[in-house]
Amino acid sequence: MEKTTDKNIYTIVFAVIMVAIVGTILAGLFSFTKPLVTKNREIEKQQNILYALGVNENTETSANFVDADDAPVKFENFVNRQIVIQDGEIIENDQAYLIDVKKEKSKAKSDSYSRKLPLFIGEKDGETIYVIPIYGKGLWDDIWAYIGLDKNMVIQGAYFDHKAETPGLGANIKERFFMDDFIGEHLLDDNGNFVGVTVAKGNADPRNDRKEDNKVDAIAGATITGDGVTAMIKSDLALYKPYFDTLKQ
Amino acid sequence: MGLLSKKDSKLILDPLADNNPITIQVLGICSALAITAELKASIVMAISVIFVLGAGNVVVSLMRNIIPSKIRIIVQLIIVATLVIIVDLVLKAYAYELSKTLSVFVGLIITNCIIMGRFEAFALGNGPWKSFLDGIGNALGYGVILIIVGFFRELLGSGTLLGVPVLGDPIEKTGLYSIGYENNGFMLLSPMALIVVGLIIWVQRSRNKALIED
Repeated sequence: MEKTTDKNIYTIVFAVIMVAIVGTILAGLFSFTKPLVTKNREIEKQQNILYALGVNENTETSANFVDADDAPVKFENFVNRQIVIQDGEIIENDQAYLIDVKKEKSKAKSDSYSRKLPLFIGEKDGETIYVIPIYGKGLWDDIWAYIGLDKNMVIQGAYFDHKAETPGLGANIKERFFMDDFIGEHLLDDNGNFVGVTVAKGNADPRNDRKEDNKVDAIAGATITGDGVTAMIKSDLALYKPYFDTLKQ
Repeated sequence: MGLLSKKDSKLILDPLADNNPITIQVLGICSALAITAELKASIVMAISVIFVLGAGNVVVSLMRNIIPSKIRIIVQLIIVATLVIIVDLVLKAYAYELSKTLSVFVGLIITNCIIMGRFEAFALGNGPWKSFLDGIGNALGYGVILIIVGFFRELLGSGTLLGVPVLGDPIEKTGLYSIGYENNGFMLLSPMALIVVGLIIWVQRSRNKALIED
């Protein structure tokens, strides 16, 4: 005789019940944790922006954010202005850090929409620093960064992060040895044209002494992630060039 | 071991050496190649798999008499995926920093063939306690190989261990680098992990001839 567990009807009923139970558990847990996760993400954005401003708790080798509990207060203290640039117009918006750069980027693919460009203006040690969030694609998934610039578009701070790059290779873009290389790099060439910064192989400048060559040293084994970094700097930071031009006048 | 009977301790110890999931059963190779470029990632992955395989084996074992055999693979897959997602959600809510480190591994854990392999080969036919031990044992055996491979790849590829430079500074040419030593960038690429695993298999089989197949 056929075992009960082999019968078709049992199989179907089992599958339905199992899916219902698992679905309920996951959906319940998801909606329960959602507010906490959203809060964590907001704090993380504040920490990222502070990091690019130079407000962090870095040790000799590792990159550390300010404590999550202190982040909202410090964010308030260091970031003086949050603005959104859309169609060349500048709008003050103290929630600008919540703008989803990824969504803006994909919306901007249709010609009728002009992208909202958030910009955070802060002060560190008497210097005004402009922090820009950028978004791009790495090897496996999204990569993004917060870049702190001075008014001449020279990088003062950089924080890179990724969703799912390979640990030990592409994932190293969020290590200090990579991020710190960007500090001091120029985004413009001598004539004031936007060039960006290229993550270059065979740069022959591993110590990154030449700051005006628009190049930083690539990570071995992470070519595609590096190319993604180059591409997102080129495409996203260039959008802010008109704003920086107005600063010079 | 007073706590475990001889048979039970065999469940834990066997997969560490003579029945190792990677070197003998040749399971879980994909993740062993993917994430062993540095030691820290290997350790994180080892701990994650110990948790998921231990818990998953118990759940599958408890359900072994009611799982319909026709869809058992799908059911097992759902169990692993659910466990992993629960852990991921809880970490995201209460230990956000840690969850960011682990998020890369979530997909790799679900598709790890050791997990499905142990569900299929052991948990479906044995009680929860035995299955738990088997899960822990196999995950440890997997972890040991991961850590050995990670150790050599990070040491020879980057000259660091857990991110700390141990051979000197390659740019300033101090330590070992002052006498002309260079990091082998090839060690960072996946094929070298396969070669390191191959070397481990070679050493293991030449020490224990019983493992050699005809």
